[in-house]
Amino acid sequence: MKNIKEKVMKLLFFLTALVSIAAVILICIFLFASGIPAIKEIGVFKFLLGTSWKPANNLYGILPMIVGSFYVTAGALIIGVPIGILTAVFMARFAPRSIYAPLKAAVNLMVGIPSVVYGFFGLVVLVPFIREAFGGRGMSVLTASVLLGLMILPTIISVSETSIRAVPESYYEGGLALGASHERSVFFTVLPAAKSGIFAGVVLGIGRAVGETMAVMMVAGNQAVIPDSMLSGVRTLTTNIVLEMGYSTDLHREALIGTAVVLFVFILIINLSLSLFKRRVK
Amino acid sequence: MVGKLKRKWCAYRRDPKSFVLFLSVCLAALITMLALIFIIAYILIKGIPNLTLDLFDSKYTTENVSLLPALINTLFIMLLSLLFAVPVGIGAAIYLTEYARRGNKLVHIVGITAETLSGIPSIVYGLFGSLFFVKYLGLGLSLLSGALTLSIMILPLIMRTTEEALRSVPDSYREGSFGLGAGKLRTVFSIVLPCAVPGILSGVILGIGRIVGESAALIFTSGTVAEIATSIFSSARTLSVHMYSISGEGLYIKQTYATAVVLLVVVILINALSGFVAKKIGGKNTDG
Repeated sequence: MKNIKEKVMKLLFFLTALVSIAAVILICIFLFASGIPAIKEIGVFKFLLGTSWKPANNLYGILPMIVGSFYVTAGALIIGVPIGILTAVFMARFAPRSIYAPLKAAVNLMVGIPSVVYGFFGLVVLVPFIREAFGGRGMSVLTASVLLGLMILPTIISVSETSIRAVPESYYEGGLALGASHERSVFFTVLPAAKSGIFAGVVLGIGRAVGETMAVMMVAGNQAVIPDSMLSGVRTLTTNIVLEMGYSTDLHREALIGTAVVLFVFILIINLSLSLFKRRVK
Repeated sequence: MVGKLKRKWCAYRRDPKSFVLFLSVCLAALITMLALIFIIAYILIKGIPNLTLDLFDSKYTTENVSLLPALINTLFIMLLSLLFAVPVGIGAAIYLTEYARRGNKLVHIVGITAETLSGIPSIVYGLFGSLFFVKYLGLGLSLLSGALTLSIMILPLIMRTTEEALRSVPDSYREGSFGLGAGKLRTVFSIVLPCAVPGILSGVILGIGRIVGESAALIFTSGTVAEIATSIFSSARTLSVHMYSISGEGLYIKQTYATAVVLLVVVILINALSGFVAKKIGGKNTDG
């Protein structure tokens, strides 16, 4: 009797372990099965490289969205990476205890703030500010980049901080012993040793930026054309789905799922390169 | 103190590059801190004066734009998602740490899939939820569809934190239990799991945080009906979705500020709770 109970529970635990595998398989099947036929019908090249997205005229080219996602992510990195890494250095190597605790709490809180709140903040503060300062309509590549840069900060900070702290103390001490100042030791011996961890943090940040939806939608303007300047509106892959999913039908709907397939493949590539990179470092 | 500062200043005068580096890290930390303070202060200052009793009316109308139904729905969805994700997450973690042999292929594959799941953007979850739960399983736009979608989303988080917590339980505890004649199952449930509770709890709290903040995954799975759900099959919006909907309409800017305040307060409370639990774990480790 007891033996049976043990066996049943073991089987149950085994089945729960399979759930995450099943989930990944189901997600792949359902996305690909509904998205790929549409991509085929539209034509792979027309879909991926077409520059006009006009569902009313049966034109489904998502190049503007791919380029949009790329611009916005690159902008977020330009803003988020330097500030994030420097903040992480400050937290790991410079901050006195009394400053460290609130800063750490702040970074943790930044992760928890919902993206709609970020988006709303962007809408009521950043958009008017950029309209006043740089002209244009305010909803632009620049606005979305600044907002996303803020949103990926905590990811980059916490991963970088952990990897900076993991560098053996002897590196730092060696630097000091050679006569380098505190700052020089940190920047020229500790930081290079932590670069693989920092890189992993940046890649995670890229994943977050590419996948962010609601906040970007509220500040980016959402025109489905390739932006010609930092101040023109932009639509990303993620926002394309949310904007039109509600009222789309037939091929239009499937083209949106196709957009999600492209997004999903991008994210898979990012994840895969990250885990390959991690393994190589190990 | 003054002497120390003076010596430091002299060193910087001789080595301006170090000074620049020092200034830049301080500046970056300042920007990070100020950005957060600015966001929170701005929302609170603009929002708190707009917190009216109307917003907490039990019935939503286009006049009062009450957020109470959405708040209650958030609670429903949270409980329902945890009901699915917590047992599955803990069960999977138990299998991976207690039953599977070291170097088992399955452990490796589950690790990879969990990592994949945690990288998938929420809009892709939303789309999958609407294709699978809403359409294919015929659950419709409902609390249940939304909760199932979210439970897949937070599963890797709960699995990973539980796994870490279980692995940190010393093997001597298990050996002691076996030595006293307890079976595997009994060892797991009465010895190992109780020791891992704080770790599991911190994972669950993180999961709650994600559920409360989520909007993109819910719009196409649980829908945007602004009333208190009467059953798990009725469509209902959570607080985040509610905030998104009213911010888009442009008519309710004041109410949006107020809703943002409520959402922020909930998030800050969850954060404080997780900090408290983390401190508890830390305290326990130094005792042992």
